[in-house]
Amino acid sequence: MKSTSEEVIAVSGALGLMSAALFGAAGSILAFAGLDEVIRFHGLLIAVAAVVGGLYIMANPRKGGLDEQQSYMDGPIKFATLAAVVWGVVGFLVGDLIAWQLAFPALNFDLPWTNFGRLRPLHTSAVIFAFGGNVLIATSLYVVQRTSRARLAGYWTPWFVVFGYQIFIVLAATGYVLGSTQGKEYAEPEWYVDLFLTIVWVAYLLVFLGTLWKRKEPHIYVANWFYLAFIVTIAMLHIVNNLAVPVSVLGSKSYSLFAGVQDAMTQWWYGHNAVGFFLTAGFLGIMYYFIPKRVERPVYSYRLSIIHFWSLIFLYIWAGPHHLHYTALPDWAQTLGMTFSIMLWMPSWGGMINGLMTLSGAWDRLRTDPVVRLLVVSVAFYGMSTFEGPLMSIKAVNSLSHYTDWTIGHVHSGALGWVGMVSFGAIYCLVPWLWKREGLYSLRLVEWHFWIATIGIVLYISSMWVSGVMQGLMWRAYDHLGFLTYSFVETVEAMYWPYIIRATGGLLFVLGSLMMAWNVWKTVQGAKPVDIKQQPRSASAPELRAGLLAHPAE
Amino acid sequence: MAINKEIDAVTGVETTGHVWDGDLKELNKPLPKWWLYVLYASIVWSIGYWVLYPAWPGISGYTRGTLGYSQRVEVAKDLALAKESQAKFIEAIGAKPIEEIEKNPDLMEFVLRGGATQFGNNCAPCHGKGAQGFKGYPNLNDDDWLWGGGNEAIQNTIRYGIRSGHEKAHEGAMPRFGIDQILTNAQISDTADYVLSLSGVKGDTAAVERGKTVFGEQCAACHGAEAKGTLEMGAPNLTDGIWLFGGRKVDVEETIRNGRSGVMPAWEGKLDPVTIKMLAIYVHSLGGGK
Repeated sequence: MKSTSEEVIAVSGALGLMSAALFGAAGSILAFAGLDEVIRFHGLLIAVAAVVGGLYIMANPRKGGLDEQQSYMDGPIKFATLAAVVWGVVGFLVGDLIAWQLAFPALNFDLPWTNFGRLRPLHTSAVIFAFGGNVLIATSLYVVQRTSRARLAGYWTPWFVVFGYQIFIVLAATGYVLGSTQGKEYAEPEWYVDLFLTIVWVAYLLVFLGTLWKRKEPHIYVANWFYLAFIVTIAMLHIVNNLAVPVSVLGSKSYSLFAGVQDAMTQWWYGHNAVGFFLTAGFLGIMYYFIPKRVERPVYSYRLSIIHFWSLIFLYIWAGPHHLHYTALPDWAQTLGMTFSIMLWMPSWGGMINGLMTLSGAWDRLRTDPVVRLLVVSVAFYGMSTFEGPLMSIKAVNSLSHYTDWTIGHVHSGALGWVGMVSFGAIYCLVPWLWKREGLYSLRLVEWHFWIATIGIVLYISSMWVSGVMQGLMWRAYDHLGFLTYSFVETVEAMYWPYIIRATGGLLFVLGSLMMAWNVWKTVQGAKPVDIKQQPRSASAPELRAGLLAHPAE
Repeated sequence: MAINKEIDAVTGVETTGHVWDGDLKELNKPLPKWWLYVLYASIVWSIGYWVLYPAWPGISGYTRGTLGYSQRVEVAKDLALAKESQAKFIEAIGAKPIEEIEKNPDLMEFVLRGGATQFGNNCAPCHGKGAQGFKGYPNLNDDDWLWGGGNEAIQNTIRYGIRSGHEKAHEGAMPRFGIDQILTNAQISDTADYVLSLSGVKGDTAAVERGKTVFGEQCAACHGAEAKGTLEMGAPNLTDGIWLFGGRKVDVEETIRNGRSGVMPAWEGKLDPVTIKMLAIYVHSLGGGK
């Protein structure tokens, strides 16, 4: 491993302080001269965060030293892992609240801050960007170091990435609750929050690339291809979709650079590839490291990983128009969106095959290790939703499914089943590895988490299938005289029980995540594992395992 | 990393020889055949679809496809067909007077189905899916009509609304006897007792007597000496036990104290005349009368 020189550390500290000063100044200007409450509040948040960051750098004058220079840098990773657990619980809770709101509108509490319209983006951003994003940042920075045999590039930059990312989340979340939005789904934060995230994201890209650059391995491990594709593409999507003109540089409101159907197409090019590159490619990176590591088996097929990687990357980027079937979008764009989605089916399944078949020779681990079960069931859900996706992109199917709860069910089979479960699996692996424990506090609790979350997901997606198909059929039903059979309000009434079942499923999922939070907390605290005998060798930190295993960085 | 190809004992497949992080290896398995063939099939299917349908953009247009499909043309065709199939009914309903429509079973079937649909999408949010009403929003199934329950009267109410701002809207509001200090709290209480007694609710006899006097002075002008209501004013009948804003004593007191002036929007201009006519007949069929 290349050591970080004293000069680099000194320069990094100076640059860190300078950026803290710059952010502090920019935040203060917004806090005092901002034209609306939201931007003034956000200016204050940015200024306070800059002061906290600056003080932390000053209070920790890093001396370098062999140990610090040469071992893997796990501090930011631990931070992001814990952040993921906390944001996950918050995001799931808010999601379940809005699920109950749909069945019982009184739960909107007649307050602007708690109505569905503001809490819904809070939920989606919390689970995708706050929970999912932190899992991706934590695992990618962990994996890239281990598979490159190199310490993270930069000294304070990785800390800036994880700290800055949390600030972005707080800015976004408070903005939604206060009613600030640019009205683009999954890209709701206003222009200045977008700019801030761009800076954080570019720093993330530099840290990742820099670590790959320093690598001691001649080949780049497959997980890193997926992580890099995720980081690069998200940067591109984020920048293009958020191009906007602020009304004033001191105000929070902005207007998109695009208009009409071009705006819609840009938005769904972004939206679909946020699914493709954030929620698919990034999490496939997780799968490619954590499944073979946990079950201690080789990846099923190197060739399949190459072919499915490149075909996935090439095809996904075209598929966005399927979100705009039967709209003002031209026919040709709809055709391309649909056909590319169909062609995407096998490339998506390539990942599933590689994930599942990596278990050949270790299928018994499904029975004995609930963490493996989380990982494998996540891949099964991945396979199911990447079959359902192309199916729903077919125009004839889409004419029934579009705008209905079927879409919500589809998204959640991917989000809860795939992204959620693979993240839980990775977190359960990562926590003992990072905190150098012999195992998790309780593997039995993972067993409980697995079952309660799985039942929750099944309730969620099956109720949404029923409700969505019913909704679609009710909307399109008309009688022999050409009149609609059902009024809209009747279709809403019909959703009542499915909504209650869905919210109940969500509640189970939330309960599971609370079990995880408890388990992670006890493990971090160093509580003695209650069932260490049942835990596999790969549950313990590599340093503590008997026999030959991962070399600590030289 | 050592280049270290080996045969995996479990699968009998050779590894690629790359090893990362101590034990991460990859098998050199060929692509699953079925996977590859389904991928090829989906590509062939897509190419076929591109030939048939509009697909690839160029500088000044796009490939139109051999089927000549256009979503816009399809929608226009469907809409024209739908319009055409309803045209003879719409024309007849527009041209004929309501009494004549009510005698024609074919037209009535059309009117009641169409009226129900329009009611569900426009009126149900306030009056309820079954026109059962809510507090402040009248039940349209009963025979109690503030502004008249005949076909024409209902049609006018839908067209111009109630206190809607339309120049022909029904106007007239219940005064705010309490807020404007026309009556004292004691008088309001007595009047409420009297009004409730008209619908058979027993109250303190002395209070009812006092309330009767107040009623004669203040309320009879609109509600009538018999309290049977006046259609021209939209003043409700107070003897039928039907209460738009609630029939507990506190509700009646609140009505007298604060007055009432519910609003119904004017639908003229939002809905076409034939639709309004159909709605009027539909609503009349629910509980129309006078």
